[in-house]
Amino acid sequence: MNLALFIPEIALLATAAIVILLDLFIEQKRWLAQVSISGLVISGGVAIAMWGGSYPAIFNNMLAVDNFALFFKMLFLGVAFLVILSSTDYVSKFSRFQGEYYALVLLATLGMMLMAATTNLIAIYIALELTSISLYALVGFLKDSKSTEASLKYLLLGAIASAVLLYGMALVFGFTGKTQLSEIAQVLQALPQTTLLASPGLLLGVVLLVAGFGFKIAAVPFQMWVPDVYEGAPTPITAYLSVASKAAGFAIILRVFFSAFGIPVWLSQNWGLIFASLAVISMTIGNITAIPQTNIKRMLGYSSIAQAGYLMVGLAAMGMASGISILGQSGVLFFLTSYAFTNLGAFIAVIAISNKLDSDLIADYSGMGKRAPLLALALTLCLVSLIGMPPAAGFMAKFYIFNAAVQHGLLWLVIIAVINSVISAYYYLRVVKVMWLGETASAEKVPSSGALRLALLLCCLGVLLLGIIPGYAMGLAQFAANIFVY
Amino acid sequence: MPHQFIWLIFLLPLFSFIIIGFFVRPFVRAESKLAGYITILSIGGSLALSVWALFAVMAAPHHEIPVPDVTWAVIEDGVTIHLGLIMDSLTAVMLIVVTVVSLMVQIYSQGYMQGDPGYHRYYAWMSLFTASMIGLVMADNLLFLFVFWEMVGLCSYLLIGFWFHKPSAADAAKKAFIVTRLGDFGFLAGILLLYLNTGTFDIYELHELAIAGALAGTTLTWAAIGIFAGAVGKSAQFPLHVWLPDAMEGPTPVSALIHAATMVAAGVFLVARMFPLFEHSTEALTTVAIIGGITAIFAASMGLVMNDIKRVLAYSTISQLGYMMLGLGAGGVAIGIWHLFNHAFFKALLFLGAGSVNHATGTFDMRLMGGLRKYMPWTYLTFVIASLSISGIWPLSGFWSKDEILINTFAHQPVLFYLAMITVFMTAFYMFRAVFMTFGGEYRGGEPSAHGHEGHHGQPHESPRVMTIPLMILAALSILSGLWNVTGHFGAFMGHGETHGFFTGLFHPFTQPLPWISLILAGSGILLAYAMYRKSWISPERIGSMFKPLYTLFYRKYWFDELYENIIVRNALLKGLFAGFEQFDNHVVDGAVNGVAGGAIVSGRAIRHAQTGQLQLYGLFIGIGILAIIFVIYFFG
Repeated sequence: MNLALFIPEIALLATAAIVILLDLFIEQKRWLAQVSISGLVISGGVAIAMWGGSYPAIFNNMLAVDNFALFFKMLFLGVAFLVILSSTDYVSKFSRFQGEYYALVLLATLGMMLMAATTNLIAIYIALELTSISLYALVGFLKDSKSTEASLKYLLLGAIASAVLLYGMALVFGFTGKTQLSEIAQVLQALPQTTLLASPGLLLGVVLLVAGFGFKIAAVPFQMWVPDVYEGAPTPITAYLSVASKAAGFAIILRVFFSAFGIPVWLSQNWGLIFASLAVISMTIGNITAIPQTNIKRMLGYSSIAQAGYLMVGLAAMGMASGISILGQSGVLFFLTSYAFTNLGAFIAVIAISNKLDSDLIADYSGMGKRAPLLALALTLCLVSLIGMPPAAGFMAKFYIFNAAVQHGLLWLVIIAVINSVISAYYYLRVVKVMWLGETASAEKVPSSGALRLALLLCCLGVLLLGIIPGYAMGLAQFAANIFVY
Repeated sequence: MPHQFIWLIFLLPLFSFIIIGFFVRPFVRAESKLAGYITILSIGGSLALSVWALFAVMAAPHHEIPVPDVTWAVIEDGVTIHLGLIMDSLTAVMLIVVTVVSLMVQIYSQGYMQGDPGYHRYYAWMSLFTASMIGLVMADNLLFLFVFWEMVGLCSYLLIGFWFHKPSAADAAKKAFIVTRLGDFGFLAGILLLYLNTGTFDIYELHELAIAGALAGTTLTWAAIGIFAGAVGKSAQFPLHVWLPDAMEGPTPVSALIHAATMVAAGVFLVARMFPLFEHSTEALTTVAIIGGITAIFAASMGLVMNDIKRVLAYSTISQLGYMMLGLGAGGVAIGIWHLFNHAFFKALLFLGAGSVNHATGTFDMRLMGGLRKYMPWTYLTFVIASLSISGIWPLSGFWSKDEILINTFAHQPVLFYLAMITVFMTAFYMFRAVFMTFGGEYRGGEPSAHGHEGHHGQPHESPRVMTIPLMILAALSILSGLWNVTGHFGAFMGHGETHGFFTGLFHPFTQPLPWISLILAGSGILLAYAMYRKSWISPERIGSMFKPLYTLFYRKYWFDELYENIIVRNALLKGLFAGFEQFDNHVVDGAVNGVAGGAIVSGRAIRHAQTGQLQLYGLFIGIGILAIIFVIYFFG
């Protein structure tokens, strides 16, 4: 085994250890963020250098080092980079444990990188827990009543989801006798359809896997934790959860459902329809419950449920044409990238504004267009992208995924998704309206640190670039999705 | 000039928007007129290029010049998205309309909006609107057309609500946005239906498929009707007309540009752009004609009784748009667009005239005006010219296009023809009712009204030059623009052989019976208005009480607002659907938040109970969700 292929992960792990140790010795806590960022940059640099090559799997075939995994590694590292940049203001208010904050973010990122690479049920579970446990701690980091409650809820519900997932894995293992995804597929292919259909154990296992992963991506009906956790967690962590954690969930769903259950066709169409139905209820419930929200973090929480719904349209498309076309898969990758920039941008703007206002109420954003025109402009751009209007990235992303679904015979689903997009415009634009047309409560400017502004600028650039010249990113997504060709 | 320059027609106003929005507005002090100059300059540039393009198109074979396009994104499976522009006779004519009216309005606004705190914002949105409108008429595929379609809708929303501190303006903006959205559902459905059946968004390809018969039958009809639904919303046709009168809450130059000459005409343009599809579906084409005919008379009837000058003009616009639809449905592209072309100038002029009057008196209520002829000679003169033109008096432009529509309707839709003839009479009456109430008699001493300029006292006065000169230019166009088709040149240019103009010379109409009838009807409308509102030979009040039920019906706008608001919105949606979701949200979703909030007051023990209860519920939901999926698979899988 070539340990060199594991350098991105090792670098991250080492950085996390260094950050914790440094925290004990140095007074200037801002160095912690810089060390963390340099760790991310090193890890990311190696991942970029590895992009495009073909490498053998490592750790007894448990971890694949393919372009799909590398794509997600770059995505997670990029997200973590932006989250840490935007955390510096926020974290500097903590009196203690600043090092732990950064280290936990790095460890969660490590867990997600592993999630994108694993090809074995056992390793999937371990990677998922590494991510989740780091996140439980991060959600409760503020230690006030809301944050603690959120953390506890997340922990308990996450434990239920883990149990469900493990049970599903156990059933799949019991049925096939394998934990390696490709071997599961071989067993399933060897059996006649009648045998498979007559075995509820397998289908139950698949359903439980959907439920377990559905919790991660916040799909309805496994989304109950989202609003409370998003509201209670420190805002940078909310941003991180809404983007990276969701992307990791999708990474693992893509790999598991393709590698293990991608063929035979009737099976893949079955789970494709499950995801299609989950997409419908996620979009609809997410969007409609977002409408009456008065707190912007809760509103974005429901919005992220709806966005998971749009993403699942891509999963459904993948299920309909598994092994024939990679349009659905590459659509999901492109959507996740654009969603990462968009949602991070929105949350970073919220962080900057909330830091000053000490409030997350939408009503308090009134007149922000006059008090902080650039912040308001950035938030407007991100909200426009979330609606899916050009020239922002969200438009291309939705177009890509919806096109995939239409090509694979899911027109009805796309119609529902488009209607949902129209509904969602209402609550996104309401924030825009309040900011630009509302009266200002005070004329005070809203200050923000250079790091935060840089992070926001990068997000806005990403949103615009992906929206205006999407060709390059689409090429990357399609290249990464090439592992989905038999 | 190379054809790449055609892109600049669209890009110049867009640059203007970007410069004003991102540089002028944040960094230049509010009193500066820079934003206005940038806008005028860029739209002037677009106009010059549009004129050049018009002549180039006229000289080109098939009246069409190719514009180099840009590949925007490649999605695998051969789906590529091109950014392309069309430059044919229809686009060239629309470009002239958009850029001329926009330029006049921008110049006029220098006077009208002077000193408004939102001056920069106003010009930013106006530039964006002009760019989007140009993009709309130039787009070569339905997807981009739809994008620009929504953009102009957005700009309209922002500009109607420009004085957002007034609740009426904010409500009107919302209403316009929501009502037009209803039509857009149909439009989007039509686009999707076409895409599914043909695999293309390209407008010319769709034309060819429809002409070749590959796209036919019910598919074509439904797609065309879907597209027409979008046009109904945008062009405020019956039954989605309710938003346009309320949209008058915006600044008057906005009404002139967006809600009279250009955006509302986009619906008519859309039908013309997709005309080969309509042509090959009798049902769809008949629908267009019927909706147009009904709208024309229906809106005119409401215009008869309004007291707010801008509302009279708004209903007049709806009615004239109905005429255009009727022209498209009964005659063809050239007939409908010909009226659009002429209407743009005289209707923009009427609105700008109303704005000028408002500038002087501070009100839009005609009952408070009167006698302004003395004080505002230029406004009066130009307003009368426009009124004569819209009433269809020979030889002004309105005559030529309206009578073309009437002649074609007579030939193809006899029933609608009688409605259209009655509308001619109504149009002349309500326009001259407005003229006499506003400019005739003695000044009744206007006062600040709910919208528009405030704080004018004392004697009314003529508006400054910067406002009257655009009026004069538009008046000249209202007189002369009709001459383009006197010998059928416009009809030939629009490229549909059979729709060469009916009239063959300036005096040819007098040899035909139909123009005589329409002129007599229009003349009697003007005379009746003169008798009632200038000389008081006939008392309007007595007429009103004689036809009390009819008067109430018109004045209350057929109770359409009440129908939509009370029955559909309030009862069906608010009390039904949304209330249900609210209950769900209150009891299930917000329970957690309430638990926390209540916990601050009650003891810690109580919180713990509330929270554990909540958590169990959440866990239960996961379980129920899994069971539901299994259930669904078991029974339907």
